[in-house]
Amino acid sequence: MNKNHRVPSNRTLSAVEVKSKFGAEFRRFSLDRSKPGRFDEFYGLLQHVHRIPNVDLLVGYADVHGDLLPINNDDNYHKAISMAAPLLRLFLQRKEEADYSAFGTDTVTRKKTPAALAAVLLRPDANKKKPPIIISLPKDFRPVSSIIDVDILPETHRRVRLYKHGQEKPLGFYIRDGSSVRVTPQGLEKVPGIFISRMVPGGLADSTGLLAVNDEVLEVNGIEVSGKSLDQVTDMMIANSHNLIITVKPANQRNNVVRSSGGGSSGRSTDSNTSFYGYSTPGSMVMTPSHIIQNYEPDEESEEEEDLVIEADRGAKLFPQAGARATASTSMPALPRYEPHLDLRPSNGTMASSVSVGSLNACDRGLEGRNLEEEGTVITL
Amino acid sequence: MMKFRFRRQGNDPHREKIKQDLFAFNKTVEHGFPNQPSALAYDPKLQLMAIGTKSGAIKIYGAPGVEMTGLHKDTAAVTQIHFLYGQGRILSLLDDNTIHLWEIVQRENRSHLVEVHSFNLPGRPGIESTSATRVTVMLLKLSCDLLALGTEGGGVHFLELPTLTLLNKSLFQDEIMQSIPEEYKCGKSLGPVESLQQHPQDSDKILIGYSRGLVVLWDLNSRHVDNLFLGKQQLESLVWERSGNSFVSSHSDGGYMVWAVSSSNPCTHDPISSTIPYGPFPCKAVNKILWRTTESGSPLVLFSGGMPRASYGDRHCLTILQDSSHVTLDFTSRVIDFFTIHCTDKDKEFDDPSALVVLLEEELVVIDLQMAGWPTVPAPYLAPLHSSAITCSCHISNVPPKLWERVISAGQQQCPLQNYEVAELKDPTQKLKTSAFSPQVLCCHEDGTVRFWDASGVSLKPLYKLSTANIFQTDGDHNDSLTQAGEEEWPPFRKVGCFDPYSDDPRLAIQKISVCKYSGKLVVAGTAGQVIVLVLSDEKSDHMIDVATVDLLQDREGFTWKGHDRLPPKSGSVVFAPGFQPVVLVQCMPPAAVTAVTLHAEWNLIAFGTSHGFGLFDYHRRSPVLARCTLHPNDSLAMEGPLSRVKSLKKSLRQSFRRIRKSRVSGKKRVVVNSPTSKVQEANAQLAEHDAEVTPVQRRIEPRSADDSLSGVVRCLCFADTFLRDGTHHGPTMWAGTNSGSVYAYALDVPSQEKFSEQSVEALLGKEIQLMHRAPVVSIAVLDGRGNPLPEPYEVSRDLAKAPDMQGSHSVLIVSEEQFKVFMLPKVSAKTKFKLTAHEGCRVRKVALSNFTSVSSEEYSENALVCLTNLGDIHVFSVPALRPQVRYDCIRKEDISGIASCVFTKTGQGFYLISPSEYERFSLSARVITEPLCRVDVERPHDLSAHSSLLRLKKKDKTVVILSGLLDEMRSSLSSPVLDSPNSSADVTLDTTGELTVEDVKDFLMTVDEAENNYRNMTEEDGRPAGILIN
Repeated sequence: MNKNHRVPSNRTLSAVEVKSKFGAEFRRFSLDRSKPGRFDEFYGLLQHVHRIPNVDLLVGYADVHGDLLPINNDDNYHKAISMAAPLLRLFLQRKEEADYSAFGTDTVTRKKTPAALAAVLLRPDANKKKPPIIISLPKDFRPVSSIIDVDILPETHRRVRLYKHGQEKPLGFYIRDGSSVRVTPQGLEKVPGIFISRMVPGGLADSTGLLAVNDEVLEVNGIEVSGKSLDQVTDMMIANSHNLIITVKPANQRNNVVRSSGGGSSGRSTDSNTSFYGYSTPGSMVMTPSHIIQNYEPDEESEEEEDLVIEADRGAKLFPQAGARATASTSMPALPRYEPHLDLRPSNGTMASSVSVGSLNACDRGLEGRNLEEEGTVITL
Repeated sequence: MMKFRFRRQGNDPHREKIKQDLFAFNKTVEHGFPNQPSALAYDPKLQLMAIGTKSGAIKIYGAPGVEMTGLHKDTAAVTQIHFLYGQGRILSLLDDNTIHLWEIVQRENRSHLVEVHSFNLPGRPGIESTSATRVTVMLLKLSCDLLALGTEGGGVHFLELPTLTLLNKSLFQDEIMQSIPEEYKCGKSLGPVESLQQHPQDSDKILIGYSRGLVVLWDLNSRHVDNLFLGKQQLESLVWERSGNSFVSSHSDGGYMVWAVSSSNPCTHDPISSTIPYGPFPCKAVNKILWRTTESGSPLVLFSGGMPRASYGDRHCLTILQDSSHVTLDFTSRVIDFFTIHCTDKDKEFDDPSALVVLLEEELVVIDLQMAGWPTVPAPYLAPLHSSAITCSCHISNVPPKLWERVISAGQQQCPLQNYEVAELKDPTQKLKTSAFSPQVLCCHEDGTVRFWDASGVSLKPLYKLSTANIFQTDGDHNDSLTQAGEEEWPPFRKVGCFDPYSDDPRLAIQKISVCKYSGKLVVAGTAGQVIVLVLSDEKSDHMIDVATVDLLQDREGFTWKGHDRLPPKSGSVVFAPGFQPVVLVQCMPPAAVTAVTLHAEWNLIAFGTSHGFGLFDYHRRSPVLARCTLHPNDSLAMEGPLSRVKSLKKSLRQSFRRIRKSRVSGKKRVVVNSPTSKVQEANAQLAEHDAEVTPVQRRIEPRSADDSLSGVVRCLCFADTFLRDGTHHGPTMWAGTNSGSVYAYALDVPSQEKFSEQSVEALLGKEIQLMHRAPVVSIAVLDGRGNPLPEPYEVSRDLAKAPDMQGSHSVLIVSEEQFKVFMLPKVSAKTKFKLTAHEGCRVRKVALSNFTSVSSEEYSENALVCLTNLGDIHVFSVPALRPQVRYDCIRKEDISGIASCVFTKTGQGFYLISPSEYERFSLSARVITEPLCRVDVERPHDLSAHSSLLRLKKKDKTVVILSGLLDEMRSSLSSPVLDSPNSSADVTLDTTGELTVEDVKDFLMTVDEAENNYRNMTEEDGRPAGILIN
């Protein structure tokens, strides 16, 4: 909404002259500079003035430097209008015969579906061959569904971000009430939980392969679901549906993201009392599993209720600092391995890393003053 | 990212203190008629009445406003209650066979009902099954020291009071059997004890009636049978004649018998008379009978039931008989119990009943027995709120006195009977102080009618009833004349009571209401798309109503309305009584139920919305200004009337039942489990169970889309004088919000006052906002430059509110089911927001902007957004920062009707329905609390009898300390001159509901202090001819 009112203030001329070329035909018309409207309206207008209502178009314009730049969303449309001095020259192409290489610098042909990309994300090794530097159309710089926060979550958990943005696909999954059996000092205990019950074929959840039937839902956008009813969780998910982040405990634990060679640090740590960071205590080995069990401590939500600091793995109540730190630091060596991906999907990569860093800070704050020595390790991050 | 947003901001101690001063949650009063009453009792000495309910509550009513509630720990139905006369104690028998003793105690300057003892009759070891010791009747001796219990097994047990200790002198049937003649015995048992009655003159004798028909007069002291009455008809109840020379028994065949008691004849075979009033065909049982002697001669017989089984077996009747006068009161709901208010003075020769009080399942009816024809007396309280189902309610605070008076006078003309000053159950020992804030009206909107209630006190007082049915042609119009015709039939039925669950036409039901308290204008909107503008008038009027039709579809094609027709308005002029008189009727087409309505009396505009769109109407010029369709082209459901989704409903019902059953089973199991080993077993058991489970309930996770069904429903409408077009010129605007998260803002061109008639109002679409999350818009409010909500129309021009800040930038608060959002005006750029659903998983059901004043300083107040969610909890947010302040659990989340009925007031109070007939009042404000502050002074130190009983207690009871402490406290409080001073509760102004003002109270205390003997006082009062005073 607001964008519509963003007006180029430094121009006095109220009308923008537009000269639009499609094939060999020219059309001239004018637009009100202060009320450019939305891109789709503009797009419709172009189809109308050229009398090509059913033709998919690629719209480009010549900017002040003479570069041919695309117009395909509100932002660059407004930019084009505001920069037009005073003539806006448009070049229309049929989408099917579009020549992308005409734009900007390098060519871009993006054929990877989000699913394929997600698969790549899951298995970094599968994509050894480094592609040429990619600059895609601005429209394509959009977030996609992915697994995030791998470095701060226990290996048994998976945090999934489902981006519905601009897609026709439905989110496409159902949830149900259920119960899971947990191991506690008292023995087995059955706790109510929320589970994924069904996938809609072709939906976002199904096609990305990030969620599966019988995965247990632990958090929705950073808020734990334990103690909440099915309807509450449904409402929370729908309220967050434009950017849904679900932490699940996958039913199939074999597909977990293996936390790289760095994961070995916890394996080694049985005898590393004197380990350089000071984080890996003899319990470190135990810590990871115990950390997971702690997750099921029934009393965890009481504290959760007042303390709405979202994030990370709140489950690890008893050793939150230790757990988070351990995983965080162990993930350090793993980071470089993700680099090709960060390049590949810049938006996504930065998102993930910013989240993880932020959450570390959050954890960090939590243990502030409790253990200075440990804090040091986080600072080294 | 997100994590920083939710950090608690409540750690500031200063802010915490302010919050404590502003907010506090209290459930204060229950208004209305107790749901599912099951027992009734009356104390003629203290003139208190008690009602027990199926949910285990006991409510005590005294003078209007004096109310107390006690709740049993177990929610078993209260089957019987009895007062210990004059002691402020009450005995209750529950469905689970336990007996409880309650006491009225003074605490914090008001009376409370507190349970002090409970008793469970032990089964006799060996032979008797538990059902044999099931208590069927209780008899409290007038001296209040002995309780007799009749059981199913036919035994009578005795308990000492008030300690409830079982005395070892139980009377069993074998003992009685010995004195019964052989030919009567026939080897059969006598059956359960059906009735126990104390001899009116000789307190040591009790009459025991057995189910089989045998009645025994038993001497408690000598433990022997004085008289035997060999009845052969199954017994239902017994009642003594005042002299003790005869008694009356009622029977299951619909008859009653009068028996003479004489010492000369110890074994009576036949009664003096036997009557079956509604014979000769088989009749239903006479459940209870009362026999009252009168000075004028023939006794008054009152009984319930006894109707001819075949023809009137389904009626709920009570018969009053005296000589040739015979009235059959025909009630609309079941008779629970009844009593008469009569002279209990021992020295008087006659009962001389003055009134009959009948407790029905849905209302309380009082009949004046002294007036000829036995007319009904409007009870001063317990008026049934739900005489027709409540469809919507609304609260008006700070009603201007002028409007108040006019409404009251209209109500009085409507119901001249209310001129009777009813002083029923009024006792000077009851002091009342309700801390109502100022006169308030709660309007309940039922099927076609609007009722105005005075909600300033504890008991809701009916003020005025407005019916909108008379402007329409409905089928139910001619019924009245029909019932009149059947006057000559027998039995002589008389319809009594106002509870009427059957609506003539469901289309009349009122859905929404809007009031302007300053101009006396009212808009009601109903189920058939009718919107009626009414104006308060003190004169009777006979006029035509202007009818206008507004097409909300706006020639949208492809829609056909499959629901009900619109209500046909009456042609020609209609006579209207003084009160709110309709002037304009607007009918929406299609005639779907109105979902939102609002009124701006200063601009002469009403706005209304249905599931199809909204309209704006100028009721001064009687011309439509605007109609706008909000339907989404893909929405097919909108056009099908109600009940179109029956099929899926059935399915989901079945599923949810299945779920409930399942959860009950597993829930129980969980409770049993204690030890860790059994936990494992339990887990395994449940695992096994899990496999067998039916497919569980699933929820689809999908963002809302534009074409969801019913997306076009208009949820809220509001008028505001604000900046919509630009930041320098403000003007009238109208806002509408829909189910799919759309908000439409219109700039209105309203002519000045003088030009209303010439110039028409213009509406121009200014803004259209689509909320990204598409959740239904629940409320829209415009805030001024200081962040305060805009005042109501006329408030500023009449100097009743501070003028809003028109300099600073206004903002609009849009509340959707999922989040709150404040947008700056006129640009509509988001300023703050709070995503409630995303955090809590709950959805907004009701919101209101309320003003909270601090307890510590009257100058300090804050506006806050009060929000009730679908989980039944209440959240309070600061405005316009939208910071969460406090959260309280209020309503059970399963109580959907309670949540749907919730209404907030402007001062941080609220109401919701706890049953179809009761409102619970709650308060969120630490300062404004309406709670009963009534007192019933019972155990007064100078009351010799009460005092002595206390002393006795001291000897026996272990709770001496508490009791004596209480006594001291009372003494000191009585001597203290500041007692009950209204100043003690600072801002609390005394209300006018109770008859007693503060001064009265003080005076009264003085007299009590002076009186040496309160008992004498009491008898003097009883010397008055009637408990009911009809002036």
